[in-house]
Amino acid sequence: MRVRSVGKYAGAVILALWVLFPMYLLTAGAFSTQSGVYQYPKSLWPHWSTGTMSFFWDSAGVPTALGRSVIVAGITVVLAMLLGIPAGYAIARYRFRGKNAYQLSIVSTRAFPVVVLSIPLAVYFLQWGIYDSVYAVALMHTALVLPFVVLITTSVLAGVPVDLEEAAQVFGTSRLGAFWRVVMPMALPGLAAAASFAVLMSYNEVFAASILTIERPTLPALVLNALTASPDPYKFAAAWVLMIPTFVFIFIMRRYILGFGVERRL
Amino acid sequence: MSGRTTASVPADLQPPRSSPVRRRRPGWAPYLLLAPSVVYLVVFFVVPLLQGLRLAFTGEDGAWGLATVHELLNDPGFWSSVWNTLIMLAIILPVQLVLALAMSLLVNSKLRGSGFWFYVYMLPLGISELTSGIIWYSIFTQQGWLNSVLQDLGIISHPYIWLSYQHQLLIIATIVVAEAWRSTSIIVIILVGGLQAIPREYSEAADVFYASPWQKLWHVTLPLLRPTLRTALILRTVLAFEVFATVIALAGSSLSVLATKANNAYTQFQEPHLAAAYGILIMLLSLLSTALFLVLLPVRTE
Repeated sequence: MRVRSVGKYAGAVILALWVLFPMYLLTAGAFSTQSGVYQYPKSLWPHWSTGTMSFFWDSAGVPTALGRSVIVAGITVVLAMLLGIPAGYAIARYRFRGKNAYQLSIVSTRAFPVVVLSIPLAVYFLQWGIYDSVYAVALMHTALVLPFVVLITTSVLAGVPVDLEEAAQVFGTSRLGAFWRVVMPMALPGLAAAASFAVLMSYNEVFAASILTIERPTLPALVLNALTASPDPYKFAAAWVLMIPTFVFIFIMRRYILGFGVERRL
Repeated sequence: MSGRTTASVPADLQPPRSSPVRRRRPGWAPYLLLAPSVVYLVVFFVVPLLQGLRLAFTGEDGAWGLATVHELLNDPGFWSSVWNTLIMLAIILPVQLVLALAMSLLVNSKLRGSGFWFYVYMLPLGISELTSGIIWYSIFTQQGWLNSVLQDLGIISHPYIWLSYQHQLLIIATIVVAEAWRSTSIIVIILVGGLQAIPREYSEAADVFYASPWQKLWHVTLPLLRPTLRTALILRTVLAFEVFATVIALAGSSLSVLATKANNAYTQFQEPHLAAAYGILIMLLSLLSTALFLVLLPVRTE
């Protein structure tokens, strides 16, 4: 029995190293001197330096592109939550005709890849005059994350006991008041998880962002466009900046992540 | 730590407390609450989808027909991008399933600090495929980490070129590694959810008959996990058709898949019709493989 549990821990450690070690290698690349990036053979403990990072930061358009990425993620998360929370509440709390059809169509959006949507949307956005703007990318990203936000908020709100909400109403609060003062505080961590997911998906999304922008790209789109022409220090520093938010947002999401598996209904 | 594990069980897997559904007649309320999301998804999902079909089946002059489809089939590199996509898919499905199964079984077994392991295994979920492509580029590039280590160990005497356009299969293998690293977490989510839904009695019954862990996995867990595995396979396949930035980061222009062809058609050649045709092809392949999994792996519904 003891041998088996040692094996289990060894397996867990090996799998954790498989996930973490490449992240360390990227960090070592992003925080060495620029010449250190080209050193060969490399040493696993580089001469730590901010040279590579400041070279990337001073490259054309990087700070503004990062700013745009943050704005796009901000608009996306606000829009998706505003649209998604009411829908999640309706599914979690009411029994009504068409509920299954709605849920099924929400789940089946997953079968339609972003590739199909971005090209026609680019044509529309050109006509509407918002092509190549943060709004174009944010509108697209909202369409991508909204189904997930609906699925997650549904499972979060279903977890808030309906009795408490009804009790608040018995004591004279309006339904909206009961939602705001009773349901919201209890659902907040779960809703924060849904929002984190929206932020990460938007911050990381590169296909639509590269289709929908030219002069005003988000950070991933800028990096992608420069990829074949840019030197390695630029790539490593860019990838590191794109990687960092995951540590924060996955931490916020960790207790709720399993709820994302609701897609198993498919 | 133990509190964290219980908290990670999603609400819909716990036994129902009181019925969460209101018994009184709902009237219009639910429809009003759903309306904004429905309108949004119609405008930004359904309409573009139809517009995509229209773009793919009209020519430059706007006339309906198969001109664009014809252009697609004769596009240089079209067939190789189809094959590359399918080969990549064929390798990645089994590799990732085994990896995800190992992670999920570990997370689900009574391991100390399971919250920590789960957090670590979930980290790649928040990493873009562009970042993952660059990470693995830093490993596989000629003066990268892999060659450094191999040379230090004396296995090679000069840097080996892993990412050469002459070895397409090798490049595909590196893409598979990068994808297995990045997107296994989403499969783990689905599998852990499925594992937690399996009643403990099955495992206890197997213990009564002194089943070995492997027998238990093969004869008890996997068959019960079948619906979940099917969902995981479907999702994995759909996601694989979208892999794009990883390919560009690792292969540059020396290898193309359907998604990179779609992007190039739009951004480099300004051909929205051709790009949409690639998009529609990817969609059809996604839907076709979903249907295939649904037919090939039937699940009995009680």
